[in-house]
Amino acid sequence: MSVLEISGLHVVYPPDVPVVRGLDLAVEGGEVVGVVGESGSGKSALALAVLGLLPAGARARGSVRLRGAELLGRSDAELARVRGRDLAMVFQDPLSALTPVHPVGDQIAETIQIHAGATRRAARARAVELLDLVGIPDAARRARAHPHEFSGGMRQRVMIAMAIANDPVAIVADEPTTALDVTVQAQILDVLRVARDATGAAIVLITHDLGVVADLADRVVVMYAGREVESGPVGDVYRRPRMPYTIGLLRSLPRLDAPRERGARPAPIGGAPPPAGGPPTPCPFRPRCPIGGPECDRAAPAAVLVGAGHRAACVRTAATLDAGRVFPAVPAPPPPRRPPRAERPAVLRISGLARHFPPRGAFARRAAGAVRAVDGVSLEVRAGETLGLVGESGCGKTTLLMEILRLERPQRGRIAVFGRDVAALSPKVRKALRRDLQVVFQDPATSLDPRMRVRDILTQPLRTHRVARAAVPRRVAELLGLVGLEQAHADRYPAALSAGQRQRVAIARALALEPRLLLLDEPVASLDVSVQAQIMDLLEDLRAGLGLAYVFVAHDLAVVRRVADRVAVMYAGRIVEIGAADAVYESPAHPYTRALLDAVPAPDPAGRRGRRTLLADPPDPSSPPAGCPFRPRCPRYAALAAPALLPAAGDELGARGGAVARARCERAVPELAAPDPAVDRSAACHHPPGPP
Amino acid sequence: MTRPPGNRRAVAGAVLLAALFAVAFLGPLAAPWRWDQTDFTAFRAPPSAGHWFGTTQSGRDLFALTLRGMRKSLLIGLLVAVLSTGVAAAVGMTAGVLGGWVDRLLMFGVDLLLVLPSFLAVAVLSPALGGGTGVVLVIAAFLWMITARMVRAMTLSLKERDYVRAARFLGVGPVRVIVRHILPHLASLLVVDAALNVSLAIITEAGLAYLGFGAQPPDASLGTLIADARGAAPAYPWLFASAAGPLVLIVLAVNLLGDGLRDALDPSVPRCAGRAPRRGPRDGVPQALCAVRAPAARAPGKREDAA
Amino acid sequence: MGRFLVRRLAGHAVLAVVAASLAYLLAAASLHPRPDPPGPAAGPAPAAPADRAALRRLNLDDREPLAERYRVWAAGIVRGDFGRTLRGEPVAAELWRRLWVSVRLLAAGSALGFAGGVLLGAYAAARRGTAADRLVTAGSFLLLAVPVFVLAPLLQIAAAAVDQATGVQFVEWVGESSPGAAGGAFGALGAVGDRVRHLALPTVVVALSQLAVYCRYQRGMMLDVIGADYVRTARAKGLRRRDALLRHGVRTALIPLTTYFAYTVGVLLLTGMFTEQVFGWHGLGEWVVDAILRGDVNVVAAANVVAAVAVLLAGLASDALRGLLDPRVRARA
Repeated sequence: MSVLEISGLHVVYPPDVPVVRGLDLAVEGGEVVGVVGESGSGKSALALAVLGLLPAGARARGSVRLRGAELLGRSDAELARVRGRDLAMVFQDPLSALTPVHPVGDQIAETIQIHAGATRRAARARAVELLDLVGIPDAARRARAHPHEFSGGMRQRVMIAMAIANDPVAIVADEPTTALDVTVQAQILDVLRVARDATGAAIVLITHDLGVVADLADRVVVMYAGREVESGPVGDVYRRPRMPYTIGLLRSLPRLDAPRERGARPAPIGGAPPPAGGPPTPCPFRPRCPIGGPECDRAAPAAVLVGAGHRAACVRTAATLDAGRVFPAVPAPPPPRRPPRAERPAVLRISGLARHFPPRGAFARRAAGAVRAVDGVSLEVRAGETLGLVGESGCGKTTLLMEILRLERPQRGRIAVFGRDVAALSPKVRKALRRDLQVVFQDPATSLDPRMRVRDILTQPLRTHRVARAAVPRRVAELLGLVGLEQAHADRYPAALSAGQRQRVAIARALALEPRLLLLDEPVASLDVSVQAQIMDLLEDLRAGLGLAYVFVAHDLAVVRRVADRVAVMYAGRIVEIGAADAVYESPAHPYTRALLDAVPAPDPAGRRGRRTLLADPPDPSSPPAGCPFRPRCPRYAALAAPALLPAAGDELGARGGAVARARCERAVPELAAPDPAVDRSAACHHPPGPP
Repeated sequence: MTRPPGNRRAVAGAVLLAALFAVAFLGPLAAPWRWDQTDFTAFRAPPSAGHWFGTTQSGRDLFALTLRGMRKSLLIGLLVAVLSTGVAAAVGMTAGVLGGWVDRLLMFGVDLLLVLPSFLAVAVLSPALGGGTGVVLVIAAFLWMITARMVRAMTLSLKERDYVRAARFLGVGPVRVIVRHILPHLASLLVVDAALNVSLAIITEAGLAYLGFGAQPPDASLGTLIADARGAAPAYPWLFASAAGPLVLIVLAVNLLGDGLRDALDPSVPRCAGRAPRRGPRDGVPQALCAVRAPAARAPGKREDAA
Repeated sequence: MGRFLVRRLAGHAVLAVVAASLAYLLAAASLHPRPDPPGPAAGPAPAAPADRAALRRLNLDDREPLAERYRVWAAGIVRGDFGRTLRGEPVAAELWRRLWVSVRLLAAGSALGFAGGVLLGAYAAARRGTAADRLVTAGSFLLLAVPVFVLAPLLQIAAAAVDQATGVQFVEWVGESSPGAAGGAFGALGAVGDRVRHLALPTVVVALSQLAVYCRYQRGMMLDVIGADYVRTARAKGLRRRDALLRHGVRTALIPLTTYFAYTVGVLLLTGMFTEQVFGWHGLGEWVVDAILRGDVNVVAAANVVAAVAVLLAGLASDALRGLLDPRVRARA
């Protein structure tokens, strides 16, 4: 018998919005079932319904059974006896999910006291054990700390410790790694594995990230518009998806492992996922489905068995046997014909750029405490090329972009845009330069003024730069066409557009003045996977058509892999590796780049690696360690500490050699090495790997 | 989750307020007595056909006096609110946009005025300035500080919004940014706050008059009428009710309107309770939005600065 | 934490000095002291030379240069001397006596109002949308619209009606105590009972006016907290909704309330002023009203100093309270 059994679950949010429409799901003990879906698919409502924590006014019907006992319809008091003991939950954002005013140890102890009736003392002791189990160093001391004193990853460990405190039989984890950096995400996935092994619990892992599911789950359920559209063993579903939506999703996913195909790319899924609670349609995916036919309009497709335990809710499973035919590759714009890099002019040249922020609190104004957001960055972008800028949150990527966009004299270093040093610009020239240098922000919901119509948003740059009033309407229409919007969208407010459409507006605004260099700050990070692919395609087309140069900032290495000619990896305000994308991705020279690439879960269950997870958290930018800032997390430095582990160097260096090598890391901040003449790649590491 | 209660309150407040305005300004046309007339045949007469609210100890028609007080209250409330909210917007936006020492100086001034017992200061100043405009100026001078702080906080957060940055990076000038991107977003806050300042000003004026610092006899204000009626309240309840009733109604109407408006035009467009669908690791944006709500949530505090 | 408070204290001290000076200058510049108060509108009238001499001795002559008067006053303040009243008595002695009366009047009422308001607000928020919530909301709205100088007489009328209906006088509505209460049949106990009967109505007035404000605040704060993720986490741990709100919600919702605490002290002082006036308590508020009418500059200035210091102390207390409730503030300090 399944530990957790959900059948025919419907959830309706007030006033009358169906968000889950008939879902069946069974999870065995020790099994991890991944539930994937885009925004509005109802996956979070599913989690809350299982725990009986739906917001006020929401209704659930159907059946949720935990070890055979029905949970739906039971009173708050009865559910309270189950929640936290047999059934536990891990929430998305560990900062807001922990009470800010209580020490974390007490918060964990509380859940033990509620159910086990333990004494305060015993519960606290157990809390320390749990914190130790989930990998919080110095647990006894840290148990007395408050949530704000922990990093995001550590908070999520606390959440997991809390979830497993009473040996639950089932754990529901709602986007447990979404708010985290990729290296931290890898750690948390490991902790979840530990949690599963320690408790033998059934785990429902809810996420939008197909990579996370491939990494951890045994089975997967794909949700779309409140329904299950495909489910089965992870291997089967990922290798032979049969529902067009799953097929499109998997194919449009940018991948680290697959080299970029030139001249062709998979057709993206058109349109956007339907908002939660749209009108009931026979097949919710029908409007976006490339192979839909009249038979799809008759009734909701029943799930049919297409393999061992593999079900797909599609009436045309015969047509989906060959996934490649469902979303056939379409020709991609040819790579722009351009002279070799050395012959192209530099559109952006930065050398030794630094930006330090004073520490918080006016009384502590000392140089030592300053946050070194950008700390000596040099790079160059040539005309028509895309530089990908990757790094974890807080590494200084966005600050770097803002420094460039200010077009003012930087605190230290030099910035030259199109050959002009920004320190010496007159206001007039600075304004003129802004025509050539534009930006697209991460979240189009905040980068468009909610009180302006699309037309006004697109008119603003034109009028600011004195484009003749008469020419404006034609240019606005042109821009809308350029980014794939309809003319009717001009009269809408941003709130009336989907996220993807809003991002198109933001791109159109940036393109209004025909810039030559576009700075893209996480342009797809806030979008659903299927929409992400569309925007990426659009950006590729625009680059090819208009000959733009991009600086593409992202935390998602796979996305960068898809668009970038060259890549710069940032860590603690510095560039630790820079070079041609292929060279950097295929043979990274810096241990941090290696770790980043290792941490990205591939959307392929076969590719589960025995990866090396970075141990510590990203550093505090106000007090970097002496010497190489990456040293505390560096596996190479750790290996130097134990020279025997360095097989080749062991004899020749010996213990003394190891100490000398370590001393270099501890003393000097490594500078970017001169680029290898053969490969366009250089890293800032004292001990780069030798030639293979 | 439901917005309608806010709208309902705003509509109820607006209707009540409109009715009170109509009575205060149109009432004298229908009333048999003028406020400065004395009926020597009726002292402390109960309500009747001749004297709708009865008469005072000295034989003056209470209905006419009450209307006179209401007109005074409404006008003073309105003028003070416009004036103080205007000052608040100017000071708050200047401090927020310019920052630096201007900001520090203005905020010191705000703190100073907040510490100064404003009611006492107004009471001390009001005789010197006489009635009418003087009272308006003095009350307004001590009502703008908290609003200014809110405007400043909101300006600071608006300045950091992506669309403001985007405009700056497009080359849009600072004045244009303020007019186009900052003022419209402050508008709802200011409207709501002005509404709340109306009730504060009305209560302050009535309080001053009650203690004898405002309108002097033979002129009347709701405050003086209440003060005159208080001693005899148990015996002659209509004296008290006819002055206190309209005052309470006006304040109630204005409060309902202000509070309802706040709910209806909550300046932060997205509700922070709603969870962002997905975010990358750079999730500074949702917090920034929530920060904007904080000053808005402060507004209820404004309602009761003068008892 | 300690350093944080000390820093705040220093900032507040500067504010207090400037505010007190400003208050004195305002009062001294616009009030015109006369030994025989003809009324506030009288303005400067020629005074007898003897009166002028007397006024000058008291540093109250409005024909002296303002700067000079301020210098004398400030020099006195530094020594802890608040000057003398129009009648020539020292201000300080009367000030402390009256301050104590006002504290007795306000203490119980404000504590009751704060506690009651917070509880009611939290309750209404937890029951959002129910009849109970609507009742509390409507009540607080109505109460907010009733100024103290209307509320107090209303309660007096109500009490009178009750007394009349029952024939027993439950509460007193004038003064702080009846003469000779201690000499009655119940002795000292009778005196206490008498004081309580005098205190009952004013306390209710103060409590109600404070309650309405705090109720609105707390309800708003609680509504923000009720949807918070950590309350949901607490429920996911196995706490019932009510317990989750109590243990994890109320304390967090109280944190922003501490800011209002400082603001409402100003309101509380005003409430006290009107309450004293209505109920005939000889406290600070009553004194300062008379002083303004008489043009008694030193008394007005002293009252202003007391009020400013009270507001600043409340600010300091709310900082301390905030630090106590919120570990994040402690960390930043």
